[in-house]
Amino acid sequence: MAPNNPQDLKYSTEHEWARLQGETAVIGITHFAQDSLGDIVYISLPDVGSRVRQSQKMGEVESVKAVSDLFSPVSGKVVERNEAALKSPELVNREPFGGGWLIKVQLTDTSETVKLLDAAAYDRLTAGGH
Amino acid sequence: MQLPVAPSLLRTPLYESHVRAGARMVPFAGWEMPVSYPAGILAEVRAVRTAAGMFDVSHMGRLRVRGEAAARFLDTVCSADVSGLGHGRSKYHVICNERGGIIDDAIVYRLTDDECLLVVNAGNKQAVLDWVLPRARAFAVAVRDTSAEFAMVAVQGPEAVGILDRLTGGVASGVRPFRIGTIVIDGVAMLAGRTGYTGEDGFEVMPPATAAAAIWDRLGAAGVQPCGLGARDVCRLEAGLMLHGVDMTVDNNPIEAGLERFVYLDSPGYVAAGALRQLRERGTPRVIVGIRMLERAIPRHGYAIFAGRGAAVGPSEGGSEGDVQVGVVTSGTHSPTLDADIGMGYVDRAFSTPGTRLEIDVRGRRAGAGTVPLPFYSRRRS
Repeated sequence: MAPNNPQDLKYSTEHEWARLQGETAVIGITHFAQDSLGDIVYISLPDVGSRVRQSQKMGEVESVKAVSDLFSPVSGKVVERNEAALKSPELVNREPFGGGWLIKVQLTDTSETVKLLDAAAYDRLTAGGH
Repeated sequence: MQLPVAPSLLRTPLYESHVRAGARMVPFAGWEMPVSYPAGILAEVRAVRTAAGMFDVSHMGRLRVRGEAAARFLDTVCSADVSGLGHGRSKYHVICNERGGIIDDAIVYRLTDDECLLVVNAGNKQAVLDWVLPRARAFAVAVRDTSAEFAMVAVQGPEAVGILDRLTGGVASGVRPFRIGTIVIDGVAMLAGRTGYTGEDGFEVMPPATAAAAIWDRLGAAGVQPCGLGARDVCRLEAGLMLHGVDMTVDNNPIEAGLERFVYLDSPGYVAAGALRQLRERGTPRVIVGIRMLERAIPRHGYAIFAGRGAAVGPSEGGSEGDVQVGVVTSGTHSPTLDADIGMGYVDRAFSTPGTRLEIDVRGRRAGAGTVPLPFYSRRRS
């Protein structure tokens, strides 16, 4: 049974989520995304200090089955990477909305987050998607 | 990341069982098949390597070839000495055209004097029928497609034979490796070939389609882990087994595909004998190799292979090391059993010696690799 998409997160149509906390955002991939990918074996993330842009490629997740691009749901500067997830990618499968977060970003444009979906809209996007 | 399922896909007799178990279904060779179960690909592979796993392979083509000349006819289209097979024996081989191009790889089981079972890949069944049927007439043999009448379940792993023994009163283990026999589970009689595609001991059992779901459930209750195509691909790759359509196509021949040991050329009337004999004598410019990555990166189908730094570059090559493309990856995965990234691909023969350094272009990044002998994984034999 799929866990609910948390209400306090914003979602991209590419299945990333952002937890907005003032000027920063924590970013990860959704349960739907990790479930579609299957067992994740490698993750590549942008370096701390580098810049990411909304809807632009920021890294890759690779499962046994396939490799998929990661797109940043926000624009800004990377201030932290989840080293635990890099070291143990299965964490992203296990806790996509929690311990399996990917990067923390210092936002450059908080206004663009209005382009993201709320949980209800993301639920509709992924309903029957399996 | 959505996985669309086209409406016109075929379903095996076990479709409902897969959906009920929460399997992720994907299109494969015109069929709607489970790619993984909730356990996940890595857990499914572990079950096959340490206990027992089962795969629905009902999508594969099962052709019955019947007639006094059945074996002699198959000798003319298969690269195996079918006439020389004793009753109840089987042989892996390739079906080639006159040029030696691989139409499919297959297993032939000699059931009786006048009947054989030919198991072919789902996606190639029609191509095999198109190739075989016109040639069958001259031998007065009947080729019947029985694929829809029977399911096929591969039960694989170190505990597979023991579990089937318990379900058959000890009959299963009497069917020796690469043989086929009849077993009975819960009153249902079925052919059981001691063959597979994982590198483990086990069976491919063929219950009637109507009994398939009950047999599948019985195996599951006996502790066999349901596994999908994802785990099947990892297991076959670890075992160095080729996948037609990925590692070889009709544009490849069995010599370059490393299948020479499965080629028998002395059958009277074998259509590919001339071409294959010539290829064997002249050698092929490229050959398939096992690839083991030296850093964390998965080689995938279509990735370019370059000469590695430190590798000897052939005198005819103009560029310097690392600049010369010497091959292409055909398949690759992360092997959980070996905790390594592995693959297969064709390289110029000069780069095929085990231990040759290569570089793989992994989405724009060069990753170091080396050639290794196949298979990557061999089970410990008792």
